[in-house]
Amino acid sequence: MMIQIFGIPIQALLGQLLIGLINGSFYAILSLGLAIIFGLLNIINFTHGAQYMLGAFAAWMSLTYLGANYWVGLILAPLAVGAFGILMERFMLRRLYHLDHLYGLLLTFGLALILEGVFRQLYGVSGLSYTIPEIFQGGVNLKFMFLPYYRAWVIVASLSVCFATWYVIERTKLGAYLRAATEKPELLQAFGVNVPLMITLTFGYGVALAGFAGVLAAPIYQVTPVMGSNLIIVVFAVVVIGGMGSILGSIVTGIALGLIEGLTKVFYPEASGLVVFVIMALVLLLRPAGLFGREK
Amino acid sequence: MTWNLKNGPLLGAALMLVVLLAAPHMFYPVFLMKVLCFALFACAFNLLLGYVGLLSFGHAAFFGSAGYITAHMVKALNFDPLAGILVGVMVSSLLGLVIGWLAIRRSGIYFAMITLGFAQVIFFLSLQLKFTGGEDGIQGVPRGMLFGLVDLTDTMSMYYFVLAIFLCGFWLIYRTINSPFGQVLKAIRENEPRARSLGYDTDRFKLMAFVISAALSGLAGGTKALVFQLASLTDVNWHMSGEVVLMTLLGGMGTIFGPAIGALLVVTLNNYLAGFGSWVTIIIGAIFVSCVLAFRRGIVGEILEKVRTWPTRHKT
Repeated sequence: MMIQIFGIPIQALLGQLLIGLINGSFYAILSLGLAIIFGLLNIINFTHGAQYMLGAFAAWMSLTYLGANYWVGLILAPLAVGAFGILMERFMLRRLYHLDHLYGLLLTFGLALILEGVFRQLYGVSGLSYTIPEIFQGGVNLKFMFLPYYRAWVIVASLSVCFATWYVIERTKLGAYLRAATEKPELLQAFGVNVPLMITLTFGYGVALAGFAGVLAAPIYQVTPVMGSNLIIVVFAVVVIGGMGSILGSIVTGIALGLIEGLTKVFYPEASGLVVFVIMALVLLLRPAGLFGREK
Repeated sequence: MTWNLKNGPLLGAALMLVVLLAAPHMFYPVFLMKVLCFALFACAFNLLLGYVGLLSFGHAAFFGSAGYITAHMVKALNFDPLAGILVGVMVSSLLGLVIGWLAIRRSGIYFAMITLGFAQVIFFLSLQLKFTGGEDGIQGVPRGMLFGLVDLTDTMSMYYFVLAIFLCGFWLIYRTINSPFGQVLKAIRENEPRARSLGYDTDRFKLMAFVISAALSGLAGGTKALVFQLASLTDVNWHMSGEVVLMTLLGGMGTIFGPAIGALLVVTLNNYLAGFGSWVTIIIGAIFVSCVLAFRRGIVGEILEKVRTWPTRHKT
């Protein structure tokens, strides 16, 4: 017997919701990284999408060239991407802090183009596939739907990383320093905290989050040089909708929008690519600062 | 004759006119037309970035949508070329009104992200709507007869038609910048709260500037569709929005001629590197990075700065 909701079989509905939840967890990780970076550096990191792509490629390369397994890739790739971010901050972004924030956006946009171009030159646009690690092959039949193990793992892993980040920032001493630096960096510096180092490491962490998302995404989507650039535009819209004032807000908005996108795919597939932007327009009309935002 | 900086724009305009009138006899006219279209696009974009301080990352939406509308009008509905372009301009202005009205609610980097998002909507629509032809775009757009008199399939006639459009657009931008309205825009760029406290409804001024910029971007896009007889997804893609930012940044934002020079350089670069695959993207990215790190005033901006500081440096 098929259970139906509004004429849609429940299997199809739940299947799309699952995909929505996965997309939503990627939105959550990426917008979380953007929000952390924005809080401390006041720049929007346009390279975020390219760094997500970099993470996926790093995982693919470590598997293909070094024969490293998934778990090694899951740890090494974000570290490598984070290290790249640290270099970027130290040698480029740091020179722009005294200028209008738009220059940070332009610089990171240029870097995103370079990264995308280099990988397109090396690997073409057709995409490489990364096989799902052995222990996650197959899935479980939950009676009402089929749940592939790897997809379950992606949701669990990304949500744990998101909430761990939230916990560190909102509930620990390190996080208290971080929040203080977001409010008044000069004052914190006067108390003897090395704020520039903190900024560098924070940027590195935000970027590493993008790399981590990239590794998680590698077995689900094709690994291609352009995988990040289309995603990042949606994530920007997520950030506008949520507002960058709150860590938990970024996570919740990301997941919610992923789910809404999944639902749209069931009921009105043509609009599924647009729904996030429509919501963005509505939020701008009703609550311009974003759902969790405050005017800066 | 004493050299006065105030004569600069006039002198530059005269020089530009002479060069542009003579150029098609020396260079490949289609290339020149491409440069003119992008120069107009970049100047229109600069009106917003250079004079109001608003960075739009979605200007391809206006450029590309006007291209589609013009191509559709001329090809499917047999419009006169100029009428086709004007309908394109009307549509891009309307889009500018809607997107601008929503986007000016936020400023700074949010403004950039919002415009980028809405431009992506236009991209999706261009991909999915029936009349745009999806991945193929609208091909084989006839250039037609201007007012039923001038045959635009002749390359030289087309060049002077494009030149006339460029000069009208350029003149309009010049007049806008040097009007009381333009002064208010600059005041908003320098200090928006102060402009507001002086009694200016800054949101209205920003929206008007946005619509003018969108309309002129549409003028450039519609003209380009006629020149290449093609409207395609390339022109609504976010890469295009990035390229116009680069033209303006490279030439010098907030200068009158800078964006046009930036457009010349970027179009030349694109033409030379067309056969080298992704190297175009890499080099464009590298120019972005070096502009931001090394010369933020852009080429024209740096030259003007040299000229401005020259007397003082040599007197002391």
